[in-house]
Amino acid sequence: MQTGEDVKKALDKKAAYGKDIDIDRFEEGERDVKQIDEIEDSGDLKETMDHVGVTDQEDRLGTIIFIDNGMSHCSNKAQDGVELLSTQEALKKYDWVKDYMWKAIDPSKDKYTAKTYLENSDGYFIHVKEGYKAKYPVQTCMLLNKNKSIQNLHNLIIVDEGASLEIITGCSTTHHSNDALHVGVSEIYIKDNANLQFSMIHSWGKETGVRPRTACMIGKNGSYTNNYILLNPVGSLQSYPVANLNGEGASCAFNTMCLAEKGSNVDTGGMAVLNAPDTNAQIMSRSITKGGSMIARGRLVGNASGAKAHLECRSIVLEDGGTTLAIPELEAHVADVEMTHEAAVGKIARDQVEYLMSRGLTEDEAIAMIIRGFLAGSIEGLPPSLKNEIDAAISKANLGN
Amino acid sequence: MLEIKDLHVKSGDREILKGVNLSVADGQTCILFGPNGSGKSTLLSAIMGCGTTEITQGQILFKGQDITHMTVDERAKLGIGMMMQRPPNITGVKLGDLVRATAKDNCGDDVISEARDFKMESFLDRDINVGFSGGEIKRSELLQLAAQKPDFVLLDEPESGVDLGNIDLIGKKVHDLLYDTKPCGGSKANRSVSSLVITHTGQILNYISADTAYIMKEGRIWCTGRPMDLLKDIREKGYGECIKCRLVKM
Repeated sequence: MQTGEDVKKALDKKAAYGKDIDIDRFEEGERDVKQIDEIEDSGDLKETMDHVGVTDQEDRLGTIIFIDNGMSHCSNKAQDGVELLSTQEALKKYDWVKDYMWKAIDPSKDKYTAKTYLENSDGYFIHVKEGYKAKYPVQTCMLLNKNKSIQNLHNLIIVDEGASLEIITGCSTTHHSNDALHVGVSEIYIKDNANLQFSMIHSWGKETGVRPRTACMIGKNGSYTNNYILLNPVGSLQSYPVANLNGEGASCAFNTMCLAEKGSNVDTGGMAVLNAPDTNAQIMSRSITKGGSMIARGRLVGNASGAKAHLECRSIVLEDGGTTLAIPELEAHVADVEMTHEAAVGKIARDQVEYLMSRGLTEDEAIAMIIRGFLAGSIEGLPPSLKNEIDAAISKANLGN
Repeated sequence: MLEIKDLHVKSGDREILKGVNLSVADGQTCILFGPNGSGKSTLLSAIMGCGTTEITQGQILFKGQDITHMTVDERAKLGIGMMMQRPPNITGVKLGDLVRATAKDNCGDDVISEARDFKMESFLDRDINVGFSGGEIKRSELLQLAAQKPDFVLLDEPESGVDLGNIDLIGKKVHDLLYDTKPCGGSKANRSVSSLVITHTGQILNYISADTAYIMKEGRIWCTGRPMDLLKDIREKGYGECIKCRLVKM
C-alpha cells in the first residue's frame, strides 16, 4: 500500500520517457471554473471545442467538460445506462469507487502521477452499467485555459460486464494558455465481455507540455480500442498507455496518428501486456515528421500461451532537420506466443505522387491525399465520427510543400 | 494534337530515347510497337512528365504548347491522361474517393454509378491497386480515365496481364474512352479522343480503329505505316527484319 510519504518522494521522479518538465514552474489550475450550460452558448470556447470534435450535436449520449481543474459541464441523455460524474462526486456518492482508484496506475510511477495523487485531483467519472450497450458516444473535453498553470486530472472509466461504450475525448488549449502543462491520469476498467472504444483527438499550444498517464485493465473477452490523434503543433508530448489483458480472450488495439512539426517534441506509443491465454493485441502507429522530433514506441509482452500480437510503426519524413525514431519491442515469457513487428521510416513515394498528379491533382493535393490515406485509411476501426476532424486537421496542417 | 521533335531522354547515365520524332493528329489513334526495353514506356512517361528520367534534348508539343518541362498535373489539366501498366499501390486512398476528386465537369457521381459496368463497384472502397489483379488494375485505370475525360490518352499495354474473360470488357471500355459513346454529364458531343497505344499482341486493335503505327527499337522510331500491315510484318519476320527493311529503304 502506498503511503503519502512514498508518493511525495516521487515528486522529483523523472518519467521513464520524454523530456523532463519542471512542474514547480506551474501553479495548480483553478477548480472553481465557469459553468457552461449549453455548448452553443460557450462563446469563444465553442470554436476551440469544435476543432477537437466536441459538438452539441444530437449524436452524443453525454458530455463532460473540464476547464483547467474544475468540471464546467456535465450532461447525460442516458441516465439508465451510463453514469457521468466528476471523480470527486463519484467518490462521495459511492463507497466502492475508491477500490478503483490508483489500482491500474501506481501513483509513484513518476512526478506527474505523484502530483495528481497528492493534489487529490478531480476528473471525469464514466460508469457504464452491466449489459448496457451505448448507441452513441460520450464526449469529454479537457480545456487548458490558464497560462503557466498545470491541469491535473484523474479520470476513471468503468465498463461493467457485457456493456459497451465509445468515448471521444477532445483536449485543447484556449488562446489564454500556451505555456502550460496537462497531466491526465486515466484508469480504465473493462469487465468481462465488455468493450470500450476510446478516441482522443488533441490540439495543443506550441509550448504546451502534455503528459497523459493511461492504463487499462481488461477482463475475459473484453476489448479495448485506443485511438490517439495529434495533428497540431505541441511543445512536448509523452504518452505511453498500457493495456493489461487479464482475462482469457481479451483483446486490445492501439491506433496512433501523430504529426511532429518543427518545434514539436512527440514521444508516443503504447504497451500491451498479454497476461491471459488467447489474448490478442495490435499496436499501429502512423506518424509524420515535418521538422520536429518524433519517437514512436510500441511494446508487446507475452505472458500466456496462445497470445497473439502485432506491432506496426510507420513514419513518413516530410523534410530534413527533424528526428524520427521507431522503437518496436517484443518480450515473451512463455513458449506458445506469436508476436510480430514491422517498422518503416521513409519519404512519400514519388511514383504515388505523380500517379495522382497524372489524374489532375496538384502536387500539394496529391501529397495531402496520400498522407490522409497513410494516417487514417490504413487504420481499421476508426470511428466515422472522427473522419471529419481528421480531414480538417490534415488540411490545416498544410502538409504539401 | 501531339508532336514530338528529336526527343532525347536519359535515365541515370544511360540514354534511353535517342532522338524520337512522332506525331498524333487530332482524333487519331496511333500504335507504338517495339520489343521489350526499346523505350516505349519511357516515351509515354516523358509525355506524361512522370518518372525519374530526364529530357536532355528535343521538344514535346501538345495542342501547340511546349509542354517539355511542364509538371505532371499541368499536362493532365491540358488534357493528357495515362493508363499505366503498373500503377503504384496507395494504401489508405480509396478508388472511389480518387475518382470523385479527379472527375471533370462534376461527372464523379455519374462515373461512380457506372462502376458496375466496369465490374468495379466492389472496389470503390478499396485502397487503390492494393491486391488488385491484372484485369482489375486495367478496369480501375479505365474507370479513373472515364472520370478524368482526357482529350489525349496514353495507353501502356491495355491488354497485358488480362485473362480472356476480361479482354472483351477492357477492349470495349478502351473503345468507349476513345469514342465517347456514353457521354458524361449529359453532353451529347461526339468527342473523339486521340491516343498513343503500346501493344505487343495487337489484341486491342480488335476494339479500336488505329490510324498509324510506329515501330520503336533501341530508343528510335524506325518505321511508320498502317497498323495491321506493320503488325503482320512483325509477326512474320520479327522486329529485326522490320528494321532491316527500313534500313534498305533509307
